[in-house]
Parts: sequence; C-alpha cells; structure tokens
Amino acid sequence: MSFSVVTSQLLHSFLINCEIFAVTLVLGLPLGLIISFGSMSSFRPLSWLTKTFVWIIRGSPLMLQVIIVFYGPGLIWGGQAVGRLDAAIIAFVINYACYFSEIFRGGIGSIPAGQQEAGQVLGMTKSQIFFKVTLLQVIKRIVPPMGNEVMTLIKDTSLANIIANKEIIMMAKDFTAMGIIWPLFYTLVFFLVACGLLTLLLGWFEKKLSYFR
Amino acid sequence: MSVLEVKNLKKSFGSLEVLKDIDFSLEKGETIAIIGSSGSGKTTLLRCLNFLERPNGGRLLVDGKVIFDADDPRTQKENEIRKKRLHFGLVFQSFNLFPQYTVLQNVRLASELLARERGDYRRNKRKILAQIDVEARKNLEQMGLTDKIDYYPHQLSGGQQQRVAIARALAMQPDILCFDEPTSALDPELTGEVLKVIKGLAEKRTTMVIVTHEMAFARDVADRVIFMDGGVIVEQGDPEQVLGNPKEERTKQFLARYYEQ
Ligand SMILES: Nc1ncnc2c1ncn2[C@@H]1O[C@H](COP(=O)(O)OP(=O)(O)O)[C@@H](O)[C@H]1O
Ligand SMILES: [Mg+2]
Repeated sequence: MSFSVVTSQLLHSFLINCEIFAVTLVLGLPLGLIISFGSMSSFRPLSWLTKTFVWIIRGSPLMLQVIIVFYGPGLIWGGQAVGRLDAAIIAFVINYACYFSEIFRGGIGSIPAGQQEAGQVLGMTKSQIFFKVTLLQVIKRIVPPMGNEVMTLIKDTSLANIIANKEIIMMAKDFTAMGIIWPLFYTLVFFLVACGLLTLLLGWFEKKLSYFR
Repeated sequence: MSVLEVKNLKKSFGSLEVLKDIDFSLEKGETIAIIGSSGSGKTTLLRCLNFLERPNGGRLLVDGKVIFDADDPRTQKENEIRKKRLHFGLVFQSFNLFPQYTVLQNVRLASELLARERGDYRRNKRKILAQIDVEARKNLEQMGLTDKIDYYPHQLSGGQQQRVAIARALAMQPDILCFDEPTSALDPELTGEVLKVIKGLAEKRTTMVIVTHEMAFARDVADRVIFMDGGVIVEQGDPEQVLGNPKEERTKQFLARYYEQ
C-alpha cells in the first residue's frame, strides 16, 4: 500500500470529520444561543427545563448520545432508523449546543448591566440592545473558551465511528486490520494540521476584535 | 407650567422603602441639584425617572401630561415606556459608553436606530443620516471633543469619556437631562472639565437634575437644591439658603459632616 494511496484514502475519510465539525458549528452555535436564552429566561419553568436538559446532555458521554440517537428511535418507535452520519451529526449538534449555551450564558452575564441600561435610556429596543450593543462584546469575551470547545470538537468527531461512520480513525483501523499499522499514527498529522489552522484562525479573530476593550 | 412634576413617588425593594413620597417639580430651563448622603435614594430617584426602576406608587407628569401613574396600568405599557424614556436623558456615574464604537458612533447610534421608525426613513435615509451626523458633531464640539471623534472609549481619559456620555445623552434631545454623580468616578484633576461643560449647559438653560457631591458646584450652577435623606426630601430651596443657611437639623448635620472632610 503506497503512501499516496493511504494519504488520499485517509484524506477522503477525514472529510467526514470535517463535515461533522462544520455542521456542528453552523447549527450548534445559533442553537446554543437559543438554549442560553432559555436558561436565562425569567419564566421559571422554561429556565428550569432548559437547565435540566443542559445538565443531562453535559452529564452524559457524547459517545453514548451518538448511540442513542442512532438506535433509540428504532427501538422506541420501530421502523426506519436515522442515517449513520445524520445520527452522529444530530448528537454532536445537540451536545455541543449545550456546551456553547453555557459559554454564551457566561459571556452575556459578564457584560455590565450599565451597557444595557445605557441602551434602554437612549430609547433602544431590547433586540437593538442585544444586537447593536451586547453581542459583539459577548463574542469578544467568549472567543477563548469557544476556541477550546472548537479544538475539542475536531478531535471528538472521531467518536462518530462508534456507529460505523467511516471517519479517519475508522479508516486507519481498516488498514490495521490488513496488517498495516502506520496509517493509524499518520492520522495524527491530520488532526494536528486541523488544530494548527484553527489556532491561527482564532488568533486572527481575537486580533480582529482587539480594537476595543 | 412645570416641565416635570413628581408626585408622591414611592419605591421599595422588598421590604426596604427607598423612596417615600417624593414630591417636586421642575421648570423648563431650570437646574436642580440633589444632594444627600449615600444610600438616601438619589440614584433610585433618577432611575425611576428614566424607567429603569418601576415605582410602587405615585405619578410622573411631563408638560402636564401623566406619563406614569402607579395606579393606572394603561400608563405602564412596555412598548410606550420606551418612547416615554426619551423625555429623559441619563448620564451615569460610570459613563457606560459602548466600547466597540468610536466616540462619534456612540453619539449617533441611538438616533440612527430611532430614525428607522420614521415613516419617511427609506425615502430620505441619506438626508436623515447626514442630519444625525451633523447634530452628533455639533454636540461633541460643544463638549470640546472635536479632535476625539474617531477615538474608541478606552483611548480616552475618564473626563473625556464622561463628556462623550453627555454628548450622547444630548443627542436624543431630552426634555430633562439627569446626571448621577457625574464626577464621582473621576480622578480629582479631571472633575473640573466635566463640571465646566455641565455649567455651560446650565447657562444655555438646559433643564437638568444633577445628583452631586460637589457642594461648591451645586451652589454655583443650581437654581434650586434638594436635600434628600432616608428616602424623603428633607429640604429644598435656593442654593444659598439650603447650603448656606439650612433650616432643617438633618441638613445642617449633613453639611457639617461634608465640610469636615
Ligand atoms: N436594586 C436594588 N435592590 C435592593 N436594594 C437596592 C437596590 N438599589 C438600591 N437599593 C438600596 O436602596 C437604597 C438607596 O440607594 P441609592 O438610590 O443608590 O442611594 P444613593 O444614590 O443616594 O446613594 C440603598 O439602601 C440601596 O442599598
Ligand atoms: Mg447613588
């Protein structure tokens, strides 16, 4: 098995990791924001419900959640199960949205009340205050913790192989089964490069937001 | 007719009665200074005027029209309160500028957002925004900040930040401009520049309610001084009289303590 064949096969399966990663961010970030609003709601039942949900999701292993989303519906209602990749993506989006929601909640809570009050006194609406005054300040504050989550996410995507998604580690294990071990170690390079790029991107973003305090 | 009438205003936090029957009125062009020891309810009073706190009792009248009545839910509709706030401006002790915007943007932002609600906004957008820009620059010039318009708040001194906050409040053209200890968060050498611009506003007959610990300033700019203690107005009147020759025992004690320091 030549180096270039292995590389291309691993790269191909790494696209699955990248897809889970990208979709989790694109859907999980807005969902996380919505969940954070739920947990901060002054309507008690809603905030209680949301917080319990977040507690359950954060309190259980992601691997188990992936399994539950994949097998659960079939066991409960019978019939057609969700697709393997879809099941993994659903579990990832929900799981990460809960983590993101806690980061959003902390970020929003850390903005001094005076900012909101200044907006109110100037006759702004609640949504104007959120989008024009608070949001960018929140984003600036949560870039570091979000960065950590995002780095963890790219590595977590491998968990999708528990329901036989052929992501990069699964692919490398197939090579191992054929008696070739080095591709498994080679996958490390893919993750390191991905994390390296993310680090650069986050650094650039942090710098972009350094024009204010 | 008074521009503002505050009638029997009451505010409690839980069982703590912070404002008990506050009654006063304000004429157009008048400057009132409110003094009193810390915890006497001065900030709460200003916050009630600006609808940041909901009073438990009493009424607020602007130009003779009831804008808030604790006994009348029709005067407390959330969407109307936002518009009613615009009768008042508030300059905070801690400035509360928006850090991500430049000085000029800070002053323009709320006017620009409010302009979107105008019926002719889409048709005259350019003209309206240009007008807002001109007004904002004028307000900043009045505050002596023409050379700072493109700075971000963190690049300014406290005194400059507070002057931006004053320009920002003026931009909404409030009927009554409130100040909550505008110089308390400033280093002593920076209070002068802020007091000077407020004095400038008083000379232009801007209607103002100023909560302050600067007695000399109160004496200098106020048309009337109110002394508050324990959530009530103990004494009010001409600055020379209240500060120089107070009638009430509590006022005397407060001033004696003040001059001791
Ligand atoms: N949001 C609040 N919740 C509970 N107590 C408050 C609140 N705001 C103010 N108080 C209390 O009300 C009293 C008056 O406060 P304040 O209006 O800030 O006085 P001042 O501005 O004259 O120092 C104080 O005892 C303060 O602790
Ligand atoms: Mg105060």
